[in-house]
Amino acid sequence: MAENVVPRVRVPRDASAGEAVSVRTLISHPMESGQRRGSDGNTIPRSIINRFTCEFNGELVIDVTIEPAVSTNPYFQFDATVNETGTFAFTWYDDDGSVYTESADITVA
Amino acid sequence: MTQTRRQFVGTGLAVAAAFFGLPHIANAAQLEEAIAAFTGGADMAGDGITLIAPEIAENGNTVPIEVDAPGAEAIMLLAAGNPQADVCTFNFGPAAGSRLASTRIRLAGEQEVVAIARMPDGSFKQARQNVRVTIGGCGG
Repeated sequence: MAENVVPRVRVPRDASAGEAVSVRTLISHPMESGQRRGSDGNTIPRSIINRFTCEFNGELVIDVTIEPAVSTNPYFQFDATVNETGTFAFTWYDDDGSVYTESADITVA
Repeated sequence: MTQTRRQFVGTGLAVAAAFFGLPHIANAAQLEEAIAAFTGGADMAGDGITLIAPEIAENGNTVPIEVDAPGAEAIMLLAAGNPQADVCTFNFGPAAGSRLASTRIRLAGEQEVVAIARMPDGSFKQARQNVRVTIGGCGG
């Protein structure tokens, strides 16, 4: 079970219409790969975030399928086209069924 | 049956490879499987996709990877030498500003990182880069 999972996102505060803005996201999560052995010699069960999505005003920007080879505290950077003022919605899906969300607003001049 | 010295050495090496390199051999098949599942066995062009990875990564636990394939609808990242070849797949939506994405991945040791892009017309492009890793990232 992952504890203290904190999502963090960075989006520019404002942009011009049609501009591709850079979006950076990070979520603190151990991303236990299921390959490691604990001090008792048993394999530590896999516990990762298996999917991440980003939408802008309900339109999909990116949908990432994640495997255990993604590092602890999974970080993603990508670009999004913004045509109007709106909100980015970020969603992370955990193996244990938890869903973490975060949002960010952007003003388009 | 007589055996030449060359044959004997060859057999010895094969046995040693099977013994020590089993995960890698198993993984080569797994890599091909993962690629086939994504591409359906289609041919892949080598241009139009850029994979940026460090030549030498000091820490295999977090290796920065950037991939850019203009016009692609999805990009899959694979690590040939990890216990499990798949790393992640980026599926781009209509609001994506470019086909560039970067992330940080784990690499078990020196190996080839593979990026495969699926284009909207059903063709595929791939890029490969070898990454040397000083400290492996699988916590064996």
